[in-house]
Amino acid sequence: MKRGGDAAFFIGRSVFADSGLVRAVIGYSEASAAHNLHDLAQLDLIATCPQAFAYAGFVMTSKLTKAPAYWAKDAIWPGIVAIGPMLPGTLAFGMAFGALCAQKQFSLAEVEVMMAFVYGGLSQFVAVQAWPDHLTTSSIATLALLTLTVNIRFGLMSASLRSWFGTLPRRQSYPSMLLVTDGGWLAATRYRDHGGANAWFFVGGGLVLYFVWLVAAIPGYVLAEQLADPKKYGVDLAMPAFYAAMLVPAWKGLRRAIPWGVAGIVALVVHWLVPGWWFIIIGAISGAVSAGLIQPDDTTREPSHG
Amino acid sequence: MADVLRSDVMLAFAVMTAVTVAVRLGGFWLMSYVPVTPRVRRMMDALPGSIIVAAALPVAVNGGPVVMFAILAAIVATIVARNDFIAVIVGMAVAAAARAAGFGG
Repeated sequence: MKRGGDAAFFIGRSVFADSGLVRAVIGYSEASAAHNLHDLAQLDLIATCPQAFAYAGFVMTSKLTKAPAYWAKDAIWPGIVAIGPMLPGTLAFGMAFGALCAQKQFSLAEVEVMMAFVYGGLSQFVAVQAWPDHLTTSSIATLALLTLTVNIRFGLMSASLRSWFGTLPRRQSYPSMLLVTDGGWLAATRYRDHGGANAWFFVGGGLVLYFVWLVAAIPGYVLAEQLADPKKYGVDLAMPAFYAAMLVPAWKGLRRAIPWGVAGIVALVVHWLVPGWWFIIIGAISGAVSAGLIQPDDTTREPSHG
Repeated sequence: MADVLRSDVMLAFAVMTAVTVAVRLGGFWLMSYVPVTPRVRRMMDALPGSIIVAAALPVAVNGGPVVMFAILAAIVATIVARNDFIAVIVGMAVAAAARAAGFGG
């Protein structure tokens, strides 16, 4: 496995240590420069994560009685509309990933297989960046561990969907969980928090995100050579600016944000101390646990049963 | 890339797919054994913000000044204009202008 030549292999600290959030989309034209490849990996965090800010505020106020899941087609379109704001970012990220794969000498067919089956944007980026020259058992195991640490957050997300999809037959609920992504889950969580129970909302939006993701890599792959320097036009700011914008109405006061603070501090410390991508899952769990330990205030009090 | 689908690459993809599928289905499956007390409910409710902050903050902290400033500009634009689209344009314009003026990052 090539190591020294591909600094991107040391994903964890080094990725973020030497390159800024800013440089996300950029640098296709300098394929060999490892730090440019680092930059690409950051796009997913930008593209798929921060929108949670927008929803977190809603999600933390759940008091409505939650109905069991059902299927009715009238939620398909609202579900698609709900993920609409994520489509430009998904497209941009998919294109950036396609361009990266072209640099890394993957065939377009291989890229599409990865898009269709792995279906985890950040994990795909991280893996392709760390892709060894020669695949061996140990290098594949390394890729598997990398994938696990990046994608394990999906397990938290599907766990939180249990209270909704858990009442459906298994042949319906488990396949639905394959569509769990940051954006689709966030939109569905907000819908659920407002009392929604129609499973089509999540599945409809999730399917659209899936197909947009499938298609997005193709133009990026084809145009990889032609893409000059999108950074010059601030294109890399499109997603972060959008999510920052959604953060504003989500703010519901300091107390509701305490778990966010815990998650952020723990993630920073873990990111600092532990190589790799563990900071995401450890930070996220820390934030959730802190929310469990904090006594609910008046506005978040649960119906008492124990 | 002599081959359209190299078999060793396909094997690696298969392993990555298995891991990801296991995680997606595993969380849902495990949760069937967890009683949803009010405390667990609060933990679940705090997940979205926690996941996002944990994933994004380390990246943002290591981000360059141009990005931080551009994001700040987008937030201000949102507060003033209450419009996501305008916020995106402002963020991009600030970054482009800062880079044109010679600021790195």
